Amino acid sequence: MIRTPLRPLARVLPARARGENPDLIERENLAQRHSEMEVRARTRAEGRLLVLAAFFVCAYVAIGGRMAFMATSEPSEPVASVGGSAIANQRADIVDRDGRILATNFETHSLYAQPPQMIDPVAAADKLVAIFPDLERERLLKDFTGKRKFLWIKKKISPEQLQAVHDIGDPGLMFGPREMRLYPNGQLASHVLGGASFGKEGVSAAEVIGVAGVEKQFDDYLRDPANAGKPLELSLDLSVQDASEEVLYGGMKLMNAKGATSILMDVHTGEVISVASLPDFDPNERPRPPTSGFDPSQSPLFNRSVQGVYELGSTFKIFTAAQAMELDLVTPDTVIDIRGPLRWGKFSIKDFSNYGKELTVSRIIEKSSNIGTARMAQQIGAERQRAFLDRLGMLKPTPFEIVEASGGQPLLPKNWSELSTMTISYGHGISTTPMHLAAGYAAIANGGRYVAPTILKQTGPQMGERIVSEEVAKASLDMLRLVVSNGTASMAEVKGYSVGGKTGSADKPKPMGGYYKDKVIATFAAVFPTDEPKYVLVVTLDEPEIIAHGEDRRTAGWTAAPVAGEMIARLAPLLGLRPQIEPAHISGVTLTSN
Amino acid sequence: MRTLAYILTILAVFGLAFWAYRENYATQQVLKETRGLRSNIAAAQVRLSVLRAEWAYLNRPDRLRNLAELNFDSLGLVPLRPDQFGRVDEVSFPPSGLVIEEGVEVSAYGQEDDQ
Repeated sequence: MIRTPLRPLARVLPARARGENPDLIERENLAQRHSEMEVRARTRAEGRLLVLAAFFVCAYVAIGGRMAFMATSEPSEPVASVGGSAIANQRADIVDRDGRILATNFETHSLYAQPPQMIDPVAAADKLVAIFPDLERERLLKDFTGKRKFLWIKKKISPEQLQAVHDIGDPGLMFGPREMRLYPNGQLASHVLGGASFGKEGVSAAEVIGVAGVEKQFDDYLRDPANAGKPLELSLDLSVQDASEEVLYGGMKLMNAKGATSILMDVHTGEVISVASLPDFDPNERPRPPTSGFDPSQSPLFNRSVQGVYELGSTFKIFTAAQAMELDLVTPDTVIDIRGPLRWGKFSIKDFSNYGKELTVSRIIEKSSNIGTARMAQQIGAERQRAFLDRLGMLKPTPFEIVEASGGQPLLPKNWSELSTMTISYGHGISTTPMHLAAGYAAIANGGRYVAPTILKQTGPQMGERIVSEEVAKASLDMLRLVVSNGTASMAEVKGYSVGGKTGSADKPKPMGGYYKDKVIATFAAVFPTDEPKYVLVVTLDEPEIIAHGEDRRTAGWTAAPVAGEMIARLAPLLGLRPQIEPAHISGVTLTSN
Repeated sequence: MRTLAYILTILAVFGLAFWAYRENYATQQVLKETRGLRSNIAAAQVRLSVLRAEWAYLNRPDRLRNLAELNFDSLGLVPLRPDQFGRVDEVSFPPSGLVIEEGVEVSAYGQEDDQ
């Protein structure tokens, strides 16, 4: 290695000899060395910058590339993560109070066609029509041979049909997986369950959405993946629901009614154990809603229990009596003048038959005297009556959790006059649904607290707002018991279950105003057992008519009451109630009633 | 000394590379098995839900009612009625031939009820 001396002696010494300044040479040398060092340092720094730049470029390209890859790739489940192996159904099941399945999912297939890929459209159409007789051959041929690139043929097909279509062997016919909603019990509780259909549809999957009933009300809950495996527990009891539908159907046919509904409700928890509305439908094949220009109550989709807004007649009398007792206006033994007809302007209130000159409150309920109830209502007054019915939930739709319930808005008089007060006291001039009535009777049966009817399983009693005192509730129950043991509802008596209740028959209103003379809504609202009330049962028959003892009978005592009695006899054992020997009545009500 | 260090380092790199290669394939194998198990679980769950649906379908009340009616001769099933509740004192005691040790003699009550 040649070392260059710091001082350029080779040039300095001759310069010194010549007498020149050697410093100049030295400085020149220094400057030259510095510039060489500078060049070297710059090259090195530039090299480093280049390396750094290359590093950053690589890093950004890597990050950008990864982002682009993630943005365009299909999402995939993490395979290696621990747990979370539950592969959830698309939609949660619906079960009854004992966990028996009311609605579940079922894997099936849809059938679609891509005509451009079809080999023999004519033969395929012929064979498809042979498999699915409801398809039209001409229509299929037109679609297959026309310009269409894609068409759905069937939304749901069975495994046998799948195999049959597969055997056609046409590559243009394809299958897409589908999860369908299945109601294994058929028509049972159809109005509560409602039904489901497909929402957004793709080839590889379709969204299942609820269209009515709890399926629609709890759509968000049922579809939430966080609730996977946790079924929606309803308050219904499958066997009780089935028995009540069976008895109600028999009753409806026997009484020649065109429709019927029944509600069985737990008076403490507000749970609806069974709710039936006839005629009903199969939620697996939910019929189309009726088009306009047609009475909606004719459709099997019409849920009479929460949508049927009817005048429920004399069943309201017990509310009037309970309020009058709560306000200390009367006691069960107070005697009221019932001479009729009671005139109010040009309107007159009459009784079904003449019950004499005067009756006690207890006997007014027992005999179902309109005049006596109207007189009590006159003492109560419009304001207090309205407030009382409001607290019983009679002025707004019930909070029952199926979508149809919000449509059950009661019909109230525009002007709550004294005449309205008098007619409302016996259930005319106010139209509510049977569900409202069940909630009202439950409030009397559970000792005077309001309970909201619910379709969801509850864990304990609802402690609602107090409507009447315990004593008044007890006295009202005694009156209801007398209606069945001695009064208009003797056909609802079931030995061992101490049934109490009240009948109500109201003429049906004509669509154009006025009332039919020969069409009634017959209702029976029952509480059992009255010594320790557990359940309320409301049975409503639409236009019942039977011939008994040589007479045409439409009143609830002849129609709804026996159906309710039969229902209690069938349902009470299923509900685990043993027949009891009724404790002797020692209250003054019985003793002074004669 | 330095040569030894180089050799050791190179051997270590070889060793680690071989280990990483084996781990990579072992992991892929496990992931494959997991995927297989997952799909088995999924299939089992689908089968389970189908079986549950079929169980519910076969136990639907109207089918059971029809079966009870069809087999009325052999089974004699009728809907539960209030009069079918029994009381304990309606149950007859076993016949008197039964040997009961240190028991209270109650067979007389049973015979009374039977008459």
